[in-house]
Amino acid sequence: MDGVFSQTWRDVGALDDIPRQGARTVATAIGPVAVFRTLDDSVFALEDSCPHKQGKLSQGIVHGHSVTCPLHNWVIGLADGIAAAPDDGCTKTVPVRLEGRRILLAAGP
Amino acid sequence: MNMISPTRRRLVVVGNGMAGIRALEEILERAPQAFDIVVFGAEPHGNYNRIMLSPVLAGEKTFADIVTHDAAWYADRNIELVAGEAVVEIDRTTREVVGERGTRRGYDVLLLATGSDPFILPVPGANLPGVIGFRTIADVHTMLESCRPCAHAVVIGGGLLGLEAANGLKQHGVDVTVLHILPTLMERQLDAVSAGMMRADLEARGLRVLTEASTKAIVGEDRVTALHLADGRELKADLVVMAVGIRPSVALARAAGLAVGRGVRVDDAMRTSDPAIFAVGECVEHRGQIFGLVAPLWDMAKVCADTITEAAESAYEPAVSGTRLKVTGIDMFSAGDFLGGEGTEEIVFRDAARGIHKRLVLRDEKLIGVVLYGDAGDSAWYFDLLKSGTDVSAMRDGLVFGPAVAGAPTAGVEALPDEAEICGCNGVCKSKILAVISEHSLTTVDAVRARTKASASCGSCTGQVEALLKHALGNAFDSAPRIRAMCKCTAHGHDAVRAEIRARGLKTIPQVMRALDWSTPDGCHSCRPALNYYLLCEWPGEYRDDAQSRFVNERMHANIQKDGTYSVVPRMWGGLTSAKELRAIADVVDRYEIPTVKVTGGQRIDLLGVKREQLPDVWRDLNAAGMVSGHAYGKALRTVKTCVGSEWCRFGTQDSTSMGVALEQMCWGSWTPHKVKLAVSGCPRNCAESTIKDFGVIAVDSGWELHVAGNGGIKVRVTDQLAKVTTDADVLEYCGAFLQLYREEAHYLERTAHYVERVGIAHVKAKMVEDAANRAALHARFLFAQIFSQDDPWEAEAQKASRFADLASVE
Ligand code: SRM
Ligand SMILES: Cc1cc2nc3c(=O)[nH]c(=O)nc-3n(C[C@H](O)[C@H](O)[C@H](O)COP(=O)(O)OP(=O)(O)OC[C@H]3O[C@@H](n4cnc5c(N)ncnc54)[C@H](O)[C@@H]3O)c2cc1C
Ligand code: SF4
Ligand code: FES
Repeated sequence: MDGVFSQTWRDVGALDDIPRQGARTVATAIGPVAVFRTLDDSVFALEDSCPHKQGKLSQGIVHGHSVTCPLHNWVIGLADGIAAAPDDGCTKTVPVRLEGRRILLAAGP
Repeated sequence: MNMISPTRRRLVVVGNGMAGIRALEEILERAPQAFDIVVFGAEPHGNYNRIMLSPVLAGEKTFADIVTHDAAWYADRNIELVAGEAVVEIDRTTREVVGERGTRRGYDVLLLATGSDPFILPVPGANLPGVIGFRTIADVHTMLESCRPCAHAVVIGGGLLGLEAANGLKQHGVDVTVLHILPTLMERQLDAVSAGMMRADLEARGLRVLTEASTKAIVGEDRVTALHLADGRELKADLVVMAVGIRPSVALARAAGLAVGRGVRVDDAMRTSDPAIFAVGECVEHRGQIFGLVAPLWDMAKVCADTITEAAESAYEPAVSGTRLKVTGIDMFSAGDFLGGEGTEEIVFRDAARGIHKRLVLRDEKLIGVVLYGDAGDSAWYFDLLKSGTDVSAMRDGLVFGPAVAGAPTAGVEALPDEAEICGCNGVCKSKILAVISEHSLTTVDAVRARTKASASCGSCTGQVEALLKHALGNAFDSAPRIRAMCKCTAHGHDAVRAEIRARGLKTIPQVMRALDWSTPDGCHSCRPALNYYLLCEWPGEYRDDAQSRFVNERMHANIQKDGTYSVVPRMWGGLTSAKELRAIADVVDRYEIPTVKVTGGQRIDLLGVKREQLPDVWRDLNAAGMVSGHAYGKALRTVKTCVGSEWCRFGTQDSTSMGVALEQMCWGSWTPHKVKLAVSGCPRNCAESTIKDFGVIAVDSGWELHVAGNGGIKVRVTDQLAKVTTDADVLEYCGAFLQLYREEAHYLERTAHYVERVGIAHVKAKMVEDAANRAALHARFLFAQIFSQDDPWEAEAQKASRFADLASVE
C-alpha cells in the first residue's frame, strides 16, 4: 500500500472470548466486522457481509481457513476474503493481529 | 496496486449480455492486462444467463441462481460497469461513446453486443401497458406481477420462446392461451407429427392453443383487457406476451453510419465496416445470416477475442445449432434440416403409446437433420454425427434406436474434438472439463459442475459430463465404489463412517477424522454437521455436542432470515395453545418490537425479525410463560399436527389431539438425520394430513393406522402404511421404534421418505413390525436417548447471553 499507515490498532478482546472454529462480531465505523478464530488459533477479520447476498459470515461454519456463509453456502477464504470457485466475489478483509492472547483490530481511522 | 498504464488501450463494450461478456472473458483470458475496460449495459445489473429466464418465470429458479457476473466480478477485474445506462451515440471521429445520462468514454477498440429486441406486432393497442415482449428479467417480473390465479394471459407466438412463456405463466395458475399464426407449433424446430404431439402435451397441462389465429387488435382503457382475433373472436387478457420473433438491435450502429443489413454487418473476424469497431452476438449479420441461439455466440466471442488481442488469426464459421424446449417434462430436441426434401431420405420411428417420435434426415449417407420428441436422451450423439458429417451407412439399420443398438464404434464423447461444446448454457467445452478433472482429481459430476458450471443450468448435458468422467477415469471410474463419498474431505460414504464410529468406538469429530484419514484439518460445512449427528446418535449421554459443527440455526436455536435477523417459534403441543401463552407471545412481541407474527404451516406461531442480541431475552420471557423451543430450526422433531378429533368433531373416532400431544411430549428434542414431522388425524378424512408426514397416525373405529415416510415438500410422497394397532401404547412404541430405526440407519440430511425408498418398506417392517422384540429394543434406545435431549435449549442458552452480543464496539 502507499504507506497510508494511519490506522490504529484497537484491543477488542481476548482470544478466548471467541470459540475455536467460531466468530464474534465487532461494531466499527465501517459496520460490523466478524473476527474469526480457527482450529489452529489463527485470527482473521472480515466485513461481516457475504459478497453474494450480504449473509452474516460471523454466523457461518468455520473450517480450515475458510468460512461457509450461512445463507447459501458460499465458501469464503478468511485470509483474502475471496469466494471459492465457482462462485465469484470478494469480502473486504480487515487487519487484525494477536498480541499475546489479546486481539488487536485496525478498523476505521 | 493497479497503476493505469498509459500504454493500455481503451476497450468499450456496449451491451452487458451473454455475447459481450463472453467476448470479454475470452479477451481477458488472452490478454489480462492489455485494456482499460468499460462496459455499458442498458439493464441495471451485471450479466445473467438469459436462456434461464424461462425457468425463473416457471418458478424453478430465482434470479440470483442465474446471475453469472455480479458487480464484484467487474470490480475484481477493474472493469468499469456503467449499468442501467444505454449508449445513445457513437462518435467515430473522436472515438467516443455517449450514454443516455451523458456518460462519455473514449475508446480505441469498441465492441457492440447489443443483442436483439423482441418484435412487437404493429397492431392497434400494442403499446398498452400489459403488452410486453419476453427478453429481460424485467419482463419476467412484469409477467409475475400479473400472475394472480384466474388472471388471463395471451401469448402471441407458438415458437420456443412463446411456449416457454406460456408454460411459465401456467405454473402460476394463470389461464393461458397461445396464439400461433401457422397450423403447427414450433415449425422451425418440429415436423408436423411431433408438433401435434407437443400440442397434445401442452393441452394436457391446461394450456389453450389456437393455431391459424391472427391478432387484429389489442384493446383496453389504461391497460390491456382483451384481444381481438381476425376471425372476430375475443379473448380476455390481463397480459399479452409477444413472442413472434426478434430483430437485431441495430439502431445505434445504424446512426453511427456502420454497414447494417438485417444486423450489424461483420466479416469473418467479427469486424464491422469500421476497423476499430467489432460486433458479436444477436446484433450481427454474418454472411447474410442472423442468429437467435447462444451456441454461435461462444464461437463469435473466441474469434473476436483472437482478433482484438491479436492472439491468433481465426475466422468465424457458422455451424448448426440444436434446440431444446426448456419446459420441464417435455423432452424434445431438434437440429439441422429436419424437414428434408429432394435428395434426402428419412428414417422415422414412432411409439405412440409411449409418446415417442424420432425423425432422422439423411443425405448422401450423412445425417443432416434430426427431431426427437418424447425421448431426447441420445440427442448429443445424433448432434455429433450431424456436426461431424460422419458417414452413417454402416450403422444405418440401428441408427434410429440410438448409439447402443447402432453399435456405434465410438459412441459419444470420446470421439468429440477437444473444443466440442458440452454445456451449451454455460459454454463449457470438452477440453476444459477434462482439464479440471485431471488437475483436481475429480470423480463426480457434482464436482465438475462446481468447478466449471457445466450441467449446472438446464442439466441436459449431465449425461455427457458423466461420460467424460468415465472416459477420463477409465477403470478408476468403474471400480470407483457406487457409494458416494460423504463430501470432498473423505472417500468414505455415510454408512462406512457410521460403521467405523461404532466398531472402533470413535468418540469425537477429530478422532473420526484422524482414524479415517480425512484430507482436511477440520472438515467442511457438509461433513462436520453429519459427524456431529452420527456421534450424538451413537453415544447418547456421552458425546458432547459440538456447537461449532452445527449449522447456524441449530447453533442459535432460531432460524436465520435473509437480512441476518432470526425467527423464533415456540412449541405448541399438538397445535394447542391457551390465552396465557398467547398473552405471553403478545407481550414479547410488544416488548421487543418484533415486526412480524405469522401462523406457520405447522400449526404454531412464528415471531420473525428478532435481532441476534435479543434472542436470549425473548427466550427467557417465553420460558417464563412455560413455553419451550419448537425446534423449527433443527434437524429434529418439528411439529405434531393434529385435528380436533373425537373430543369435538362429529366424525372423530379417537382423541387425536391428546394422542398428538402425547407423541410430541415423547419425541420433542430428539435430533434426527433430517427434520421429522408427525400428524394425528381423528378419522380417515385426515384433516391433519397424516399421509404426507414422516410418521402419520389416522384413527379408525378399531384403533389406529400408522403410516410412515410421507413428504409434503419438494416432491410430494404419500406415506406407506406400516401397521394397524389398537392401543395408545402401541402408537407410542411404534413411533419411537420407527424414529430410532431412522436415526440409526439414515444418512444425514435424508428425510424418512428418501430413507425408506432406499432401504425399502419391507426392511422397515421386518425390523419393527414383524420383530416385536426388536421393536421394543429400538423404542427403549429411543427413550434412553431422549433422557439427554429433552432439556430446553433456550433455557440453557439464555444463561449464556453474552455469546449473542458483540465482542466489542470500536465506533
Ligand atoms: C415457517 C414455515 C413456513 C410458514 O410460515 O408456514 C417454514 C419455513 C421454512 N421452511 Fe418449511 N416451513 C414451514 C412448514 C413446512 C411444511 C408444512 C408442514 O410442516 O406441514 C413443509 C412441507 C411438509 C414436509 O416437510 O414434508 C415444508 C417444507 C420445507 C422443505 C422441503 C422439505 C422436503 O423434504 O422436501 C424445506 C427445505 C429443507 O428442509 O431442506 C423447508 C425449509 C424451510 C426453511 C427452513 C428454509 C430455510 O432454510 O430457511 C424456512 C425457515 C423459515 C424460518 O426461518 O422460520 N420447508 N415446510 C413453516 C414452519 C412450520 C413450523 O411450525 O415449524
Ligand atoms: C426467454 C429466453 C429463452 C431463451 N432460451 C434459449 C435457449 O434455450 N437456447 C439458446 O440457445 N438460446 C436461447 N435464448 C436466446 C439467447 O438468450 C440469446 O441468443 C443470447 O442472449 C444473445 O446474447 P447477446 O449478448 O447477443 O444479447 P443479450 O443477451 O440480449 O445482451 C444484449 C445486452 O445489450 C444491452 N443493450 C442493448 N442496446 C444497448 C445500448 N445501446 N447500450 C447499452 N446496452 C445495450 C441489452 O440491454 C442487453 O442486456 C433465449 C432467449 C430468451 C429471451
Ligand atoms: S417459507 Fe418455505 S416455501 Fe416459503 S419461501 Fe421459505 S422455504 Fe420457501
Ligand atoms: S449471502 Fe452468502 S452465500 Fe448467499
